[in-house]
Order: sequence, then structure tokens, then C-alpha cells
Amino acid sequence: MQESTTINNFKSEEYFINMGPQHPATHGVLRLLLTIDGEIIKRVEPDLGYIHRSIEKMCERDSYQQIVHLTDRMDYLSSHINNEAVCLTVEKALELEIPDRVKVIRTIIGELTRIASHCLWWGVMGMDVGALTTYFYGFRDREMINDIFEETCGARLTMNYNVPGGLMWDIHPNFVNRVKTFIAHFKTKIPEFDRLLTENIIFQKRTKGVGILSKEDAISFGASGPVGRASGYSCDVRKYHPYSALDRVTFNESLQTEGDTFARYKVRIQEMWESLSIVEQLIDNIPEGEHRIATNAVIKLPKGEYYQKVETARGELGVYIVSTGTKNPYRLKFRSPGFSNLSLLNHIAVGGKIGDLVATMATLDLVIPDIDR
Amino acid sequence: MVLNISNSLREWLSTMMPETTAHILEMVIIALIYLGIFSIAGLFLVLMERRVAAWFQLRIGPNRVGYQGLLQTIADALKLVSKELTGTERADKFLYNLAPYFVIISSLMALGLIPFTENFQAFDINIGIFFLIAISSIGVIGILLGGWASNNKYSLIGAMRSGVQTISYELSVGLSLLTMIVLTGSLQLSEIVEVQKNGWLIVQGHIPAIIAFMIFIIAGTAETNRAPFDMVEAESELGAGFHTEYSGMKFAYFFLAEFINMFIIAAIATTVFFGAWLSPFGITESLPWLGIFWFLLKTLALVFLMMWFRWTFPRLRVDQLLTLEWKYLLPINLVNIVIMAWVVWQNLTIQI
Amino acid sequence: MTNAALKELIASWFPNAKADMDHQNSDGDSDSNDNKESPIENPLEFTEEGSEFLNIQVPEALLHELMLKLKTHPETHFDYLFCLTGMDWEPALGVVYHLESTEHRHIVVVKVKTEDRDHPSFDSVSDIWKTAEFHEREVYDFFGIRFNNHPNLKRLFLTDEWDGYPLRKDYVDEINMVIK
Repeated sequence: MQESTTINNFKSEEYFINMGPQHPATHGVLRLLLTIDGEIIKRVEPDLGYIHRSIEKMCERDSYQQIVHLTDRMDYLSSHINNEAVCLTVEKALELEIPDRVKVIRTIIGELTRIASHCLWWGVMGMDVGALTTYFYGFRDREMINDIFEETCGARLTMNYNVPGGLMWDIHPNFVNRVKTFIAHFKTKIPEFDRLLTENIIFQKRTKGVGILSKEDAISFGASGPVGRASGYSCDVRKYHPYSALDRVTFNESLQTEGDTFARYKVRIQEMWESLSIVEQLIDNIPEGEHRIATNAVIKLPKGEYYQKVETARGELGVYIVSTGTKNPYRLKFRSPGFSNLSLLNHIAVGGKIGDLVATMATLDLVIPDIDR
Repeated sequence: MVLNISNSLREWLSTMMPETTAHILEMVIIALIYLGIFSIAGLFLVLMERRVAAWFQLRIGPNRVGYQGLLQTIADALKLVSKELTGTERADKFLYNLAPYFVIISSLMALGLIPFTENFQAFDINIGIFFLIAISSIGVIGILLGGWASNNKYSLIGAMRSGVQTISYELSVGLSLLTMIVLTGSLQLSEIVEVQKNGWLIVQGHIPAIIAFMIFIIAGTAETNRAPFDMVEAESELGAGFHTEYSGMKFAYFFLAEFINMFIIAAIATTVFFGAWLSPFGITESLPWLGIFWFLLKTLALVFLMMWFRWTFPRLRVDQLLTLEWKYLLPINLVNIVIMAWVVWQNLTIQI
Repeated sequence: MTNAALKELIASWFPNAKADMDHQNSDGDSDSNDNKESPIENPLEFTEEGSEFLNIQVPEALLHELMLKLKTHPETHFDYLFCLTGMDWEPALGVVYHLESTEHRHIVVVKVKTEDRDHPSFDSVSDIWKTAEFHEREVYDFFGIRFNNHPNLKRLFLTDEWDGYPLRKDYVDEINMVIK
């Protein structure tokens, strides 16, 4: 109760409410301190750190092979891409020539990870706006991808398939067939997603014109991934700084200009199509060759600083390694997409209702371990 | 129309004891019967909801306890009974404990008016519809009390939303029923059913009746606080809304009342629009006891419709909810009454 | 713009910087052909050694001025602060800013450091890039570096009572830290 205002003889008082750390809409242990006037949000202040493990500090004592295993505990929904980011940085520092086969497989699995992550996001997005059925539809299709991962690398969520120098194992003989089956299946399912949620009038009313983020603000807040692209800010790392096999495929960067919750929703739906097309272009052309090139058992990076950006399902993940030439990094910083995307929540949620906040937060697609590294 | 069974029951009782005692005893027995119906119907509807939801969501649903999971909700109810009743520290204990009874008693009272068959209706007063609307608005007091007395901000927001929503949508429920009253000329439920022997009201009243039905089912869903109008609970926004702080059997009261309210809304719709226990085209007119079958069939079909809403639509936002009522449903409703009056005046109804 | 062109341009904003830049270049990979001797102490240090980007080392006093210029100058237009890293160089503490221009797509790294470990403080850049507000809070939380003019400088991840700054190299916590 900090201030009271009198408008039209109605005395209204602001009050605080704790959203989280145990709240269905915060998807994990995020705590938001809301200042509310009735239903209207006056201020959103995130309170972080409930699951902070200080991965950056742990990295300073670990070897580079070990660090890879920590990264998929950050954004667990794009674990493969996180692993890839560290591997690419290390390979860049060692100036290793990575076989084409590795590059192509990394890209295919990376895009499948993105689809899986967006499937889960779609299900949860529906649930946040009250359409509970979407959750199961999203999980049905994500399950197929998880099965492919399980067969390929033995894990469904935290995959650890990448190692500096290549992949831990070669792909399973069934891999190509199963991916093709999935592509055929999923092409019929995205239109189903649209029929169930996208075209629903209530859903459109809930999301259009809500949580608007302008292009200038998107850049200033360091928004990346679908959040930035929905504001017309072309920020796809895959386009501007292509890595692995992404320079040999053609795809469109999905851009929207409205910058509202619905635009962010549409960008992700389009991204699923684009990722499918990338996988489709590569799946028939996996080159033969080694799946891994030998590195020293103890990797020592030359003295210097190395930065690598990748595009995870949530946006731009940066890995900044400062090496002094020893077997551990001197300092390792993860620039996580969720952290920057969360910082703009206060900016776009103020003035909306509680329901808008939930819908907006769903399209920011926050994964809390990614923020609390 | 009084319950035939109750007549024979009263005669049998009055042979054994004085008139007044017999009367009271009779009422107690009827109340107990309805309490039984109430709990069985509630538990069955919960099971139905879960199976329907599972069906929509590519799942199987409860199918382990009893044949096809028939005893699942009974097991759940037993669990709830045995649970500890927890509450918040600085709650208003008296109101906090009172709230669930408001909710459950109002829906229990409404249940008494429903004409299951020609002879199976506990309470047939001449202001039936009016009484139903009046009773169903008591429930919201329970929700408001529960939310306020819980000493929890989420509960309070839920309760305030509930107040605003129920008061708004009551208008539409009332006015859409009023549209049909223009056609029947009576508020008494048995009279309303009688009129429908010449064709269900939705057929008799054709276009305005269909509009009235649509408004009623929308407003009815809102009145029962079910998705897409579940602002009151809105689990992704408010946790559990007004019953966040309730546990065990007190929570179960709210939970059961929600399902019974849904059943009541469907039953009113069946009575007013779809000829209650009357069979389609009078095919089983010679077997009046089949009325209960027809009544439940129609009601459960409407209940299924409401479940279909819930598992398909996203939730509205609180301001959109009010916009829908005050800017769309209410004006349409008022115009619709005029149309219906004109239809009746010009004798344009369809009589079979 | 190429790194060399960027260096040329940025150095020209701070007149004294040029000679120092050349001095630094002579032991890094050299892009510039100028080789003027200058006895004057220069504010900016440029280097590309051990990094793929152009690195600028800036004194704390000039930090905000340089950053504002980098953001607003039409030819540099670094409007995207994509990474803000706290650093402990032992004994110096500092911050590394990674900047990118969404228009020209060039990248520059700005570094600032201070020897003061007890009360390190820099000017906040959160008025230039809004994303810095959160990132600076993170740096404050883990390195104890204060940012002047920051709108809401509170600990972000850790509790207010937390003792010490965990990402500093000299931080000791016998219970929570496992050292191999």
C-alpha cells in the first residue's frame, strides 16, 4: 500500500502480490513482485536466483569437456544447441577443422531441438491462456522427437551429444528414416495447431495488441530470438553469423512487425515450418565421414578471448571464454537469451491486466534455469 | 404436481404417527434422497468430466478403480474426507467455514425444482423459474465470502472477479429465460413442460428461441464459472482463485457445487428449451417412467457441450468478459425479447 | 566497417588516442601504416590481439562518453549491447561490453577496469542500452562493482545479506564451493 489515488471519487490503492516462486504461470521458480491496482499491473519486478547454481563459477574449475555437460542444465529445452555453442567456441579457439558430417548432423539435431522446444512452448502457451488441451497436443509431437534423440544419444532432455571435436557417437542407423517419418507427421500437425489455437477468436482477442514491444526497444533491451523478430528486428544469428551447416541451407527468417503477443506467437509457429524445411534439406545429404576428430585428452585453449553466438530456441546464446592457456577457462560468461528477454517484461506488461501478463510471459518463453545460470 | 411417491409415503407415515410429525419426517426423508442424488450426480459428473477431458486430450483418463474407473471419484471423495483441514492464520474463521455451505446449499435447493419426470419433482412452486434464478445467485455470496475470509490476495481477486461476473451474467440468464416465459406464459416448471407437449419450446419459438438458447448456454457457462469463463479460478493467473486456501472436504464442497451447478444449468436448459422429460415426437408417451431417461440424456448432452467448451477454448480476459455481457449479450437479449413478444403476438409460433 | 576503419574513426573522437593506438598496434597485428611518435599519455587503447574483435580499453572517466558516442554516431551506431561481462583480472576488476550494430553488423569490445577492489564503481550505461540495467545488476551481484546513476542497483540473484561477491577470484566459501 504505497500510494493511493483518487480518480472519479473512487479511492484506489496499489498493493503488492507475489507471483511465484510457486505459481503455475511462471514455469519454474521465478518470482515476480507485482504492484497491482485492482487488476491493472503497475510494476513487475523479477526476483531471481531461486535455482542459481553459478555455472559460470563452476566452469572456472572444470575442463572444457566437462563444461559441455553443464550447459544443457541451463536452457534444458535447447540443450543440444547449448552444447554446440561451447563446442564451437572451443573448436574455434583450437582452430579445428570439423568434418562436414558433424556439421550437418549438429544442424539437423539443433533444428529438431528447436521444433521440440517450440512444441512444448505451444502447449504451455495454450495452457497459460486457459486452453488446457493444447498441452497434450504439443507433447504428442515433441515425444516423437524425444524418441529420436533417445535412440541417437541415449538421452531425451539433457543430451550431451556434442563433444569438442565432433559428436560423441555416430547417428543410429534408423535416424534418417525416423526423422523423415517425423517430418511427414508434423507437416499435418502444424495446421492442426492453427485450427485449435491460432484461429480461435478468443485467443486472438487475448493476444492481439497486448504486450507491445517496439523495434527500438527490442534492440535496446537486447531482445533476441522470436521475441526480437516479432518486433520486426531481424536478429537471427543463423542468418548473420551462420555456424555449423547453416550456411548451406536456405530458409526465411520469420519476421513480424506488430511486436505484440500474437506476433511472437506467429513467429514461433513459422519457425517450426522453417526448421522443418532446414531438416528436410539436410536429411538426405548427410555426408559420409568421421563423426569426431581426435583432440587432446586435456584441452588447453591458447591465451585469448573467444566469443561464439548461436541461435537457441529462445534467442541468442553467447559463450565468452577468456583463456590464459591453462586447461580451465579463466572466465566463462554465458549471455543467455532468457535473461535479456526477461528484463523487458516490466516494460511491456505495465498497464495490462493480470491475464495479459500471463499471456505475455508465455510468449517470452522463459526457461528459468537459463536465467538463473 | 407433487411427487407421487411422496404422497404414498405421507399416507403411509400418517397411519403411524400424528400429521405434523409425519410431515416433518417426510420432508427429512425427501431431503436425504436429494442429498444422495446430489452426491452421486456430483461424483458421476466429475468422473464424466475427467473421461471427456481425457478423450479430448488424447489420454485415457481414470480407468483403474472399479469398472472403467467408475469408483475413482468415490475413492477421491474418501481421500478428501480423510484429509486435514488447513487454513490461513489470520482468516476470518466464521465466514471462512460458512462459505462452502452457502455454495452447496444454494445448488442443493435448486436441484429440488428440477422436474426429472412428470412425478419426480420435489418442489413445484408457481414461481419456479424465478425461484431458480434467485437461488442460484446466493452461491456467489459463498464465493465472495470464501475469497474474502481466506486472507489471501489471490483468493480476494478471484472472489471479486466472481462477484462481477456472476452479477453481470445473471442478467443474461434471467432475460433469456424471460424470453421463453413470454412463450409459455407461466413461471411454473410443470406448466412449462405441459406447454411443450405441442413441440419443444426451441421449436415453437424458432429463431428467437434459438438465440435465447445460445445466450442462455453462454451465460450459464459463465454463471457456473467454468472455462472459458473461469476467471474465478484461472489457475494460470490466480493459482486456484477463491478456493486457494480451502482443503479437504471444504474444498470438495466447492468442487461438487461447481459440477452440480453445471448440471442445474443444463437441466434448466433442458426443461425450458428441450421439453424436459418429454420424449422426442412422443415416442415413449405410453411409458412415463422413461421420462427420467430422456431428461438425463438431454441434460448430459448439454453437460457434454459445456465440457467441450472447457477443453477447447482459451479463457477470456476479465474486461473482455464484461464487454461480452454488457455490450453484446444484454442488448441482443433485450431485442430478442421484443422479437419473441412480436412472434407470440402475431401467433407465428410453430405448433406440432 | 572493418576493424581498422573503426579504430581510425573511434580514435579520432579522442584526439590524444591516436598515437597510443599505433603504439599498441606495433606489438599486435598491425593494420595501420601510420607510425607517429607521441609522448602524450592517451586515453584509449586499441588491440586485436587474442580476439577476433576490435578491443578498446577505456579509462573509467571516459566510459560513458565513449559509449554514448558509439551508440549515437551514425557510422558506428552500436545499438545492440549483446553481452556485458563482469571480470576479475586479479587484481583489477572490470567490465567487458560486447557491442554490435544491427545496421552495419560490426562488433566492438569495450573494456574498462579499476584497481580499486574495495569500492569499484563505473558509470552505468543503462541509460544508453536498457538491457544494461539487468546485466549491471548481475555484475554488481557477483563482482560488487557499483554502477553510478543506475536506476535500481540491488542484488539480483543473491539475497541482500549475502556476504562477499562469489565470482571474484578471491571469494572463499568452504561449504558451497567444491574445489577439485
